[in-house]
Order: sequence, then C-alpha cells, then structure tokens
Amino acid sequence: MSFLDYFKSTKKNTASIAKERLQIIVAHERGQREQPDYLPMLQKEILEVIRKYVSINQDQVQVQLDKNDDCSVLELNVMLPE
Amino acid sequence: MAKIIVITSGKGGVGKTTSSASISTGLALKGHKTVVIDFDVGLRNLDLIMNCERRVVYDFVNVINGEATLNQALIKDKHNENLYILPASQTRDKDALTQDGVEKVLNELSERFDFIICDSPAGIEHGAQMALYFADEAIVVTNPEVSSVRDSDRILGILQSKSRRAENGESVKEHLLLTRYNPIRVEKGEMLSVDDVKEILAIKLLGVIPESQSVLSSSNSGVPVIHDQSTDAGQAYDDAVERLLGAEKPQRFITNEKKGFFKRMFKGAATA
Repeated sequence: MSFLDYFKSTKKNTASIAKERLQIIVAHERGQREQPDYLPMLQKEILEVIRKYVSINQDQVQVQLDKNDDCSVLELNVMLPE
Repeated sequence: MAKIIVITSGKGGVGKTTSSASISTGLALKGHKTVVIDFDVGLRNLDLIMNCERRVVYDFVNVINGEATLNQALIKDKHNENLYILPASQTRDKDALTQDGVEKVLNELSERFDFIICDSPAGIEHGAQMALYFADEAIVVTNPEVSSVRDSDRILGILQSKSRRAENGESVKEHLLLTRYNPIRVEKGEMLSVDDVKEILAIKLLGVIPESQSVLSSSNSGVPVIHDQSTDAGQAYDDAVERLLGAEKPQRFITNEKKGFFKRMFKGAATA
C-alpha cells in the first residue's frame, strides 16, 4: 500500500458489484430454465447406452440444448477415457 | 369479467401485503369494484394490515369447502364501499387451496368485481402457485437488493411457464414494483438503482415506492398508506395505481430531492 492510497476513498461501489453478480447468476439460471424437462432423463439413458461399451462416469457425458432463432441444436459431448 | 392481478415476489418481507393493501384500496378509491384475496394460508396477515382482523368469521378455505358462502366470508372495507377483503384461512393444511376450488371462487367473484387482487405468499410452493395461476397481470414486488432481484426473476420464470395463460400460449402482463427504495443510498453507490433492476429483470416499471417511515406507521394503525396522500409512499402508490389503469405518469421519488431553505422552514408548519 502506497502513501497516496491512504488518501483515496476506500469505499467500493458495492451497487455495481451487486449488478454484475446478478447479471451473471440470472443469465445462468434463465439458461437452465429454458432447458426442456426431458434433458436429465435423456442424459441418463445416453450414459447407460455408452456404459454398455465403455466405462465412463456421469460427468463425462454432457447434454445441452441451445436455441437459435430458427432451430435448436442438441449438443452431446462424450469424453472417452484414454 | 374482472381483471385478476397477482401481487408476488418469491422473497418474503419485500412488501407484497403492504402493496396489495394500498393498490386494492387505490383501485377502490378510483371507483372500481375491487376484492383483495389473501392466499397466505396459515399465515394470514392482510386482515391486520387492513384493520379488519376482528371481523373475520369465515375465510377463503371455508368458501372453497362449501362451509360458507362468499357473501358470508367477504369483509367490506370500513373506508370504502367498493372494496372487499377475502381473508386467508389459518389452517395448517397447506394444500387446502385446490386449483378447482380457487377457480370456482374466482369465477364467482369475477361476476361482481372489476378487479381481483391476489396477495401471494412468499416462496414458490403451492400457495404461491395458486395465487399466480389464474392471473391476467402480475405485479412483481422487488427490493433493490440481490436476493430479492434473483427471486423475482425466478417468479417471472414461473409466471411464464406455469400460469394458466402460459399453458394456453398467452402471456401474463408483468409489472415491476420497486419498494423500499432509497435514492440517497443509490447516489452513494450503496444500492442498486431503478435502471439496474429494470435492466436485469427486463420488465416494465409500474412504480418506485421510497423507503418511508409512513409505511410502518400505516401498518401499525391498519390504514393502508395510500390513504395518506401527504406521505411520499402514499403518493407513490397512487401513481402506481394510475399507471396500472393505463395513465402515463412520470416517475417520482427516484432522485434525492434537495429541500430548499423555505421548504425546510415551512414543512413543519404545513403538516403540524
């Protein structure tokens, strides 16, 4: 801490911190809200099918639905062990 | 046909019941036949805020169960003949409000009133869902504070997916009512501003109610704050009701008005 810092106002603008945090969490929660109800079930069943052939964990399969203007894209990400 | 308006928030303690009392009173004062329903089963409080707690004989659940007629349960407001209150039940059975039962009561009220105001309980459980399910419009009461804003967004999501209008492919008209607003703290950067909250929630602003001592004193005495038009909160609720009825009114009480010398000198004399 320098000598000059002593004179600077140490009070942060907490309202802008609040706004930033809210924008992030609200955007995240809205994204989850728009996911269809069947997605967790779909993820579970895909996992079971893959498990018949390869041994993987739950977090190695990721299913995500992204909505664009005129179409929806179902993204399926499977991480296979080495 | 009455217009059904739910007053909701997700978070508790932000001013739903206070706002329900003042908005329903305001509508009645402007000549509209209005009924306000307390949906907070088990935690009845609207009766206390509206000073009719000693006149409750039958309640909402009694009417649903056919143990009383609507006329027996409705309490006429002492101040205004256009206003009626339907109190909540104090039963501990939280599923006492059935969807069919609520619909039947709302249909019956719809024939007699212009506005049905539904005072929602906090949370997103059954009671809150029943309060918002049949709504045409929703007033989302929010404090300029992180947990309240987040919960309001959650409630907006429920309005957009689980209300009757949403199920029929229509939308519920959403209004933001920002309460307990303190312009001085906003100026200092200590509190979220109206614009911040509007930007995050992205819904139309109905009004801003300033943090005011008059709100507590009005609930102490059981007279909704809108009756006292000498107070800032009372005037702010009156503006909000005007806007709800379609009037264009500029927002007041969102900046820190510096009182001039004369105003300060004569304020005491004018209100004494």
